[in-house]
Amino acid sequence: MRFLVRRFLFYLVAAYVAITLNFFLPRLMVGDPVQVMFSKFQGRMDPRAVESLKETFGFVDAPVHEQYFTYLKHLVKGDLGISLTNFPVPVSEVISGSLEWTLRLVGIATIFAFSIGMILGTIAAWRRGKFVDTLILPIASILAAFPYFWIAMLALYYLAHIQGWFPIGHGYNLRLKEDWGDRAYVSSVIEHGMLPMLTVVITALGGWMLGMRNNMINVLAEDYITLAQAKGLSDRRVMLVYAARNAILPSLTGFAMSLGFVIGGALIVEIVFAYPGMGFTLLNSVNGRDYPLMQGIFLMITLSVLAANFFADVIYVLLDPRAR
Amino acid sequence: MENQVEIKTQRPRVTLRNLLPEWLWGFVRNPKAMLGTFILLSFVFIGLLAPDIAPLPERGGANRMVGRPHQAPDDEFWFGTTRQGQDVFKQVVHGTRTSLSVGFGAGTIIIILCIIVGITSGYMGGLVDELLSLLMNVFLVLPGLPLVIVISGWVDQPGPYTIGLVLAVTSWAYGARVLRSQTLVIRNSEFVAAARVAGEPSWRIVLFEILPNMISLVVSSWIGAVVFVILTEATLSFLGLGNPNAVSWGTSLYWAQNNQALLTRAWWTFVPPGLCIALVGFSLTLINYGIDEISNPRLRSGEGG
Repeated sequence: MRFLVRRFLFYLVAAYVAITLNFFLPRLMVGDPVQVMFSKFQGRMDPRAVESLKETFGFVDAPVHEQYFTYLKHLVKGDLGISLTNFPVPVSEVISGSLEWTLRLVGIATIFAFSIGMILGTIAAWRRGKFVDTLILPIASILAAFPYFWIAMLALYYLAHIQGWFPIGHGYNLRLKEDWGDRAYVSSVIEHGMLPMLTVVITALGGWMLGMRNNMINVLAEDYITLAQAKGLSDRRVMLVYAARNAILPSLTGFAMSLGFVIGGALIVEIVFAYPGMGFTLLNSVNGRDYPLMQGIFLMITLSVLAANFFADVIYVLLDPRAR
Repeated sequence: MENQVEIKTQRPRVTLRNLLPEWLWGFVRNPKAMLGTFILLSFVFIGLLAPDIAPLPERGGANRMVGRPHQAPDDEFWFGTTRQGQDVFKQVVHGTRTSLSVGFGAGTIIIILCIIVGITSGYMGGLVDELLSLLMNVFLVLPGLPLVIVISGWVDQPGPYTIGLVLAVTSWAYGARVLRSQTLVIRNSEFVAAARVAGEPSWRIVLFEILPNMISLVVSSWIGAVVFVILTEATLSFLGLGNPNAVSWGTSLYWAQNNQALLTRAWWTFVPPGLCIALVGFSLTLINYGIDEISNPRLRSGEGG
């Protein structure tokens, strides 16, 4: 329990750092952030709306620390401002529309990549120098050195454009209405999600697999493995129950680092496939100079990553009695 | 008689093995490391000799229109032309310079930051360590790519070198943590204790006792940082967050995507630059695997466990 409390406090600190970064970045980067942020929309928006939007980001006539508190106050109320490109839709609404796409994509892909990676890593370490170790492992490590977006481009080019096996982008058939009760819509979402999912799994798989293989090799040198084999337990049992179960733990603690990369990769994949998730929306907000939306998305991605990490910590505690 | 025979066998034979220090000999004998070095050096030469391999017109440089739009590869244009009629081969050759210099430049800044933060934290211990560790862990858990995307949104079309600098400032945490834990191990070893008892000052212990003993870790972290910078700089340029007039592999891919190269099946505009990024990344990764295997023989593949 103490471990989880400590982790939770750590994530609070990390969240606080992200929130503070969000406040100071515009003030550090450009001459006059207010000018940059709102000039494009000055004429087109109600002056009162502009004023209240400025307040959301702490651009009030006051010393910096008061600006900071104004910004925090709005944030605590869940006020992320108004999206300039989708005016007058609030940023939080735009985000919740795209968040579910990313969560679905990253969530399912991570489950697949993690489980396949663990299984293949276990086999590679157990049967050193055999098929999986000498063939699949190098391929996985070569893929890890490739730029994600390029793999996505090639997959899109070959599998969708040339072969025509998959649709060439977007999250669903745009002629259909977003309605989860409609069977045609659901199947179109699945169809459009397949290729992006496949790409994320392929790019994330190698890291999990290599990590698991190396953990397994270290665990296999432990005395309790020799003992288990000496007791005459079946290979299968030693591999899965004695070795793999222990080797999986460091992979879970490494979840934090990998998840950041997986999210980064998924955002890129979304952009290549014009998949309506957070990455695609983030890029559009940057290109459209929609700074409130951009800031909001950064915060939301960060908070989701922190939450996912905490979730991994909880699972770790459930699996490893030493952490309790 | 017997003495003479002994002298003969003791005479040092001049072989490559005797000329090289032991670690370098291990490196030369490692096929992965050698293949990686070969690929990397080829790209270094292409980058250095770019003006000779692909001479540029005086005006417009590599982005000048020289042919018809979207010409397939032929004798004149080895890698075809872009939709703007630019020579893809010239862009790729000159992009090598950008990618490699940004990668090695920013990678070096990252490793210097890692050494400073990691060793300070590991060697000093106490409150300094607590604070620096917290900082490292926070930077590790914050998603790097979205942060860099947001920063480049504020900078407004940063060039490749600015992107490299931003990456350097935001991406030192992982390496610093690795070096910190190694410092902790070495700090508690006997020879460091001996140096301390002998009254050596801290800076001497760090520079002459600790640093030389983790040199393979420093080198592999450095290479890892270079790969990371090359891939991420290409990614950001590809997203159009960099300067669209720069000559770099990422920028070429940005224009390929923007000009519907996938739809028009102009594969020659996006396969060569992407392949170059992948090859450079792959060569550096190979070198790193080689170093890993030399310093940790247990990880070698193909030697039954």
